[in-house]
Amino acid sequence: MKFSFVSLAREGLTGHLGWTPQWRSPDPKPAYDVVIVGGGGHGLATAYYLAEEYGVANVAVLEKGWLGGGNTGRNTTIVRSNYLWEASEAIYAHSHRLWTTLAEALNYNVMFSPRGVLQLAHNRHEAAALKRQVHANRLAGVEGEWVNPAQAKAVCPILNTDPGIRYPVVGGALQRTGGTARHDAVAWGFARAASGRGVDIVQNCEVTGVRRDASGAVIGVETTRGAIATKTVGVVVAGHSSVVAAMAGFRLPIESFPLQALVSEPLKPVMPCVAMSNAIHAYMSQSDKGELVIGAGTDAYTSYSQTGGLHIASATLEAICELFPIASRLKMMRNWAGIVDTTPDRSPIIGKTPVPGLFVNCGWGTGGFKATPGSGHLFAHQLATGEPHPIAAPFALDRFRSGALVNEATAAAVAH
Amino acid sequence: MLLIRCPYCEMDRPEVEFRYAGEAHLKRPDPGAATDAEWTDFLYFRANPKGAHAERWRHAAGCGRFLNCLRDTASDRILATYRIGEPRPTAGQRGGGHANG
Repeated sequence: MKFSFVSLAREGLTGHLGWTPQWRSPDPKPAYDVVIVGGGGHGLATAYYLAEEYGVANVAVLEKGWLGGGNTGRNTTIVRSNYLWEASEAIYAHSHRLWTTLAEALNYNVMFSPRGVLQLAHNRHEAAALKRQVHANRLAGVEGEWVNPAQAKAVCPILNTDPGIRYPVVGGALQRTGGTARHDAVAWGFARAASGRGVDIVQNCEVTGVRRDASGAVIGVETTRGAIATKTVGVVVAGHSSVVAAMAGFRLPIESFPLQALVSEPLKPVMPCVAMSNAIHAYMSQSDKGELVIGAGTDAYTSYSQTGGLHIASATLEAICELFPIASRLKMMRNWAGIVDTTPDRSPIIGKTPVPGLFVNCGWGTGGFKATPGSGHLFAHQLATGEPHPIAAPFALDRFRSGALVNEATAAAVAH
Repeated sequence: MLLIRCPYCEMDRPEVEFRYAGEAHLKRPDPGAATDAEWTDFLYFRANPKGAHAERWRHAAGCGRFLNCLRDTASDRILATYRIGEPRPTAGQRGGGHANG
């Protein structure tokens, strides 16, 4: 059922009894043209663009839990595109462009809110690095500007710009076109649009093995709901990429770390932007429900436990309370972790693997949410044509052999 | 927060005293003979298992020494800690008399 003013008005007058499920829940068929492993935002976006732009609709999305129950539902929903290197600027700007029209394209309100993202600098070295980033972005046509502490305060009135604090704000990089979106709506919107175009979305269906023929090529997957034959598999399983790769017999340059976040009790609107500090691992924004959404840095060790150490969250809250003194009286309602697949150069891996027919879209590290539509769009090209989209080509797995890394680890600082 | 037994200090100490140092038992290839593939594997590729993981930590705020740790990455339960140079204990066994947990 299409969402429109008429349908909303009709349902509003008739008790909202006429709404139907937003996507079908079919049993898996024995075979598909393409099987996408992972029903998070990136996997569902891949399925949507496969059906919408490449005419490949005989597609299954296999999700071991429920849609968006992994990192899609655990991130802090920040969208920005001001990365340092040209390859990164291209891929994140591509995604950023898709965000601006996504709600219309999906006929689903993903609540994209370009309210501005402010990255804080606390010393002259950070200021130099962020100014370099701003200049590089402007050369590439990516919007961004440098702001001094007074200008930062004007953008974010609750920011503490007292020069006497432990980590004083000396300025910041502001991307006014960055912002937030509603993470669940992104997963649901892509799922609804993909399902409506013929994609089978199969939840509670965990992939347990990868079938290969004598030449090593993929011929199917084994799942908790039976075997499914296919010659093309797209693995989009943030947090478990190494696990699925091991099923197919290869390794990845990935380590998986817990990344924590918290939300406070809901407040009236106090924070009109997103503010983030890479140096002290703290970032904050306000959700449309009024909760302050706070992100921390990763825990030190690899883990799949979806929980982290309290000392990490505590250190983040100490930084938050200093940067935003009004936060000191807030109660935190929930604290959780998602498992982020980090690569050595902190850039994603999109494309071919040593296994013919099996492609990966992984390694988005701590910042994959912002890339959701662009990632899906580019990966759909890879799955439909067998070759990488030009924007995704620099992010091939082979770069770790060739040395052509896209090193955002030192360039764009830690929090992505 | 993890509670890690330092096999040198022979004490259970909180995680904040330690620094994580990645996968253990990696062997640096021979620079004269290694292929690109071997270098790539050594420099970048990691086991990253969901289950028993052998890893290095350094007791930075204690004795300052590196140690090895076998930890279940699904539960974060530490299965064993052992000294550098000792072989990796079999998963589930208590290693080297320095068991923890």
